[in-house]
Amino acid sequence: MSGLQRVITCCAVIVLVALAGCGSREPTTKGAPPTVRLLTESQYRNIIADVFGRQIEVAGRFDPVVRTEGLLAVGAGLATVTPSGVERYVALARSIAQQVVAAQNRDSLLPCKPTDPQQADQKCASEFLTRTGRLLFRRALSATEIAAASDLATTGAREQHDFYAGLALGLQSLLAAPDFLFVTETVRDDPRSKTVQLDGLSRASRLAFFLWNSMPDENLLQAAERGELDSAAGVGRQVERMLDSPRLESGVRAMFTDLWALDDFATLEKDPTLFPAFGLAAANDAREQTLRTLVDALLVRDADYREIFTNRKTFMTGALGIVYRVPVDAPGEWTPFEFDRDDPRAGIQTQLGFLALHSHAGKSSPTLRGKAVRELLLCQRVPDPPSTVNFDRFNDPASPGKTARARLQVHSTEPSCAGCHRLMDPIGLALENFDGAGQWRERENGEPIDVRGEINGVAFDDPAGLGAALADDPAAPACLVRRSYSYALGRPIERNERKFLSYLDASFARDGYRLRSLLRRIATSEAFFKVTTQPMQVARGQSSEGPTS
Amino acid sequence: MITRREILRGSIGGTAVAVGLPFLDCFLSANGDALAAGGPIPVRFGTWFWSMGHTPGYAVGDRTDRIEFLEECRALIPHVAKINYFGRFNSPLDGRPNHVHHTGWVTTRTATAPALPGDIPAPTIDVLVADAIGGNTRFRSIDMTCTGNPRDSFTARSTHIRNAGEVSPHALYQRLFGKDAAVSKDAASNVATDAMLQQSVLSGIGEQRKRFERRIGAADRARLDEYFTSIRELEHQLAVQRATPVDAAVCARATDPGEGPIGLEIDVVRANHEAMTRLLTLALACNQTRVFNMAFNNALSSLRRPGTAYTHHTLTHEEAVDQQRGYQPEAFWFNCRVMEALSVFIAAFDRVREGPGTLLDNTLIFAHAETSYAKVHAVDNIPVMTIGAAGGRLKTGLHIAGHGDPISRVGLTVMQALGLPLERWGTGSLQTSKTISEVLV
Repeated sequence: MSGLQRVITCCAVIVLVALAGCGSREPTTKGAPPTVRLLTESQYRNIIADVFGRQIEVAGRFDPVVRTEGLLAVGAGLATVTPSGVERYVALARSIAQQVVAAQNRDSLLPCKPTDPQQADQKCASEFLTRTGRLLFRRALSATEIAAASDLATTGAREQHDFYAGLALGLQSLLAAPDFLFVTETVRDDPRSKTVQLDGLSRASRLAFFLWNSMPDENLLQAAERGELDSAAGVGRQVERMLDSPRLESGVRAMFTDLWALDDFATLEKDPTLFPAFGLAAANDAREQTLRTLVDALLVRDADYREIFTNRKTFMTGALGIVYRVPVDAPGEWTPFEFDRDDPRAGIQTQLGFLALHSHAGKSSPTLRGKAVRELLLCQRVPDPPSTVNFDRFNDPASPGKTARARLQVHSTEPSCAGCHRLMDPIGLALENFDGAGQWRERENGEPIDVRGEINGVAFDDPAGLGAALADDPAAPACLVRRSYSYALGRPIERNERKFLSYLDASFARDGYRLRSLLRRIATSEAFFKVTTQPMQVARGQSSEGPTS
Repeated sequence: MITRREILRGSIGGTAVAVGLPFLDCFLSANGDALAAGGPIPVRFGTWFWSMGHTPGYAVGDRTDRIEFLEECRALIPHVAKINYFGRFNSPLDGRPNHVHHTGWVTTRTATAPALPGDIPAPTIDVLVADAIGGNTRFRSIDMTCTGNPRDSFTARSTHIRNAGEVSPHALYQRLFGKDAAVSKDAASNVATDAMLQQSVLSGIGEQRKRFERRIGAADRARLDEYFTSIRELEHQLAVQRATPVDAAVCARATDPGEGPIGLEIDVVRANHEAMTRLLTLALACNQTRVFNMAFNNALSSLRRPGTAYTHHTLTHEEAVDQQRGYQPEAFWFNCRVMEALSVFIAAFDRVREGPGTLLDNTLIFAHAETSYAKVHAVDNIPVMTIGAAGGRLKTGLHIAGHGDPISRVGLTVMQALGLPLERWGTGSLQTSKTISEVLV
């Protein structure tokens, strides 16, 4: 088949897929087995803040979840807790419980007072544990569970002659319990289809962790208990309420943090000698800048998702201003900022949050940046590097390249490199005006930098051209659709869901590529709640943690 | 293969104890020596990982009548009598791809070639050993990484059950010797009461196991089983803590290193490695744990020197070979620093007196890289060393040539020296039942 024929065939397939998805009726899916997901660190922290308030410090380290199929949310569906992880959870539960019952917090967080603070008071303990346990477990506790936690509180109070110390033990037992740490979905028989369906409380948790990245609130729990989440209308009402809630921002932040691997900022470092402006404050602010830019564009302004690749509006702090080399009116706080029309920075991929994260500690990396654009923004998997690369041509001391383009030229001529690097390097080279910390530069080692590039057959001359090409690339919104859906479910996408994804693609386009609309489409779809007892048809559990040499 | 639950049951269960105890006695020093606080000296096991391998021709000489450490390994020369070096062992992959900087350490630690990138298809050797002996101390295992990233850890039960490394010396101190440790007689009684109440909390959680098992499918049941087993182990370790207080005098020698910089700059990594090593040796000496894992750098070594653009890993690929010296000078410089760090680690163990010898004599350190020559990602001839005499169960000072045998022979030998009842280990061409008898006493 000639290249032209391949292009025509591909176009035909795209048109057919688009037409298939144009119908307004949601295609049927078979779903996948219900999930058991370990709370992520951000979910754990959000729940503690939502239940007890932000004054409770979650002081501890969490075992990292393995990023799987590109998402921590999928890894959480396969993760368990190691012995050292259990030790940490138990210690963390203890620390939180002790803070909750501490003198400065108990009056606001406990619904009752013991008759004698030096004695056990089972009634007061039960009242607190019943109310709190319902939020932590995302369901009402059984009489047995309440009795077990209350008995522990009584024993502890008697041993220590302190009601509150005993109550802390009862609360600790809830916070270290699997019912809290694992979001365990349960099913019931569906008499209409002779299959199974998610029960109401599991539906509530699915909605809450997707849209809020936290547990269901009391309103949602009650709706589930009344059976309102069994109907499309009931789900629709709750979804509208949740989309209007301030907690949606937390959910969107968590989603993009996972989709774009912004958690990697936790271990990002830059050489302070080479990049003295990029310290810890700048690194923290760079991550926050990316999230603020997204929230502003996609939630506050309700802009077209594709705009994020060309958008010049962002927010600035003093620490960031030094790296961007722009004046900042109020260095100590976040202030809105817009890059000039002739400024080379346009789009999220020209912000520090992308440029610095996908670079080495001491230099930029067109390869890492190109890989990130392919995999994170376009969902195009770049094969892992082969082990048999001949590096001798990189090591020619007679002709050391002064610019990255010159050094990477060998990638295009060495057969073992060319296949993959031509997917990455032409994208990353367009961002070479930004050094390893994301700072502007026009020359490298005295040589002017050539930032012409190409992506999927579209050539461009500068970083802004790359942004425009990304905004025009249908793979970009389709990527958001796929990854959002997989994130929402906490599992890989099933083969039986492909038509549904095409439907989502078309719906997203009809809705003007508005994020809120996409979230609504997913959260109110039948596919979102569909479960089966049949095994999954895709390979589960491929770790995404691999190197790029 | 002996499973984690079987070992646990054997060590604390009723009738199975009669079977389990003689086996567990294997983990005591063969010399019959006693700890200062009483009780026989236990044998400890741990791993020490480094990446980027060696510079061929500049690390270890070819002669096999003794170990000949060359320029890159000069720092190890003072310890040569307590080291075994294993060269020319291979990692046959049976057609599976060599996932660069991953496959090598996985084959060395699990005797199984990973099919996918990031895959860990079988438990790592330290996990198997910890299953056998980790339950009888306060900590089943202490895992550390010097890079600042807890993901840089090379100990796992499977792909999704990875033991994250402790990254901060200060946090390690708090965990080992903080307020929950009975490091003085005054503290012991409070800690014992507290441990009893904590046991009650864990006991209540453990009782939920059956209810959970009824609610979920088989795959998820295995995941929850891991969680409940960990809960039970922690409960057991609290019981151990109450029954057998640690050697308070030795523990009390630990001092808090305080908060310091964490990162990948080479001097920062070395300083954190040294601080965590000191805490580890004290924790071992005062019987807080018997298993440990130390990762000096990450698999794609991101070690760097201040003010330079290239990391250790990028240097191994992009630095030109100096034609006069015959190697990549900057990459070689990093390799030398890594071996110096290993020397520091060994010396710290050898400084702690224990019975007539040292802690090192009662320990078996399994040290290895993830590749033999990083420039070409080779997974054959990965450098492996055993350090220490494992309580008199291992000869030392030997250079063993593998002649292309699977690298799993080293791991099997290590586990048999430690007393694990394994006849064979590994899968595919990496499966072996041949121990290396030359090093066994």
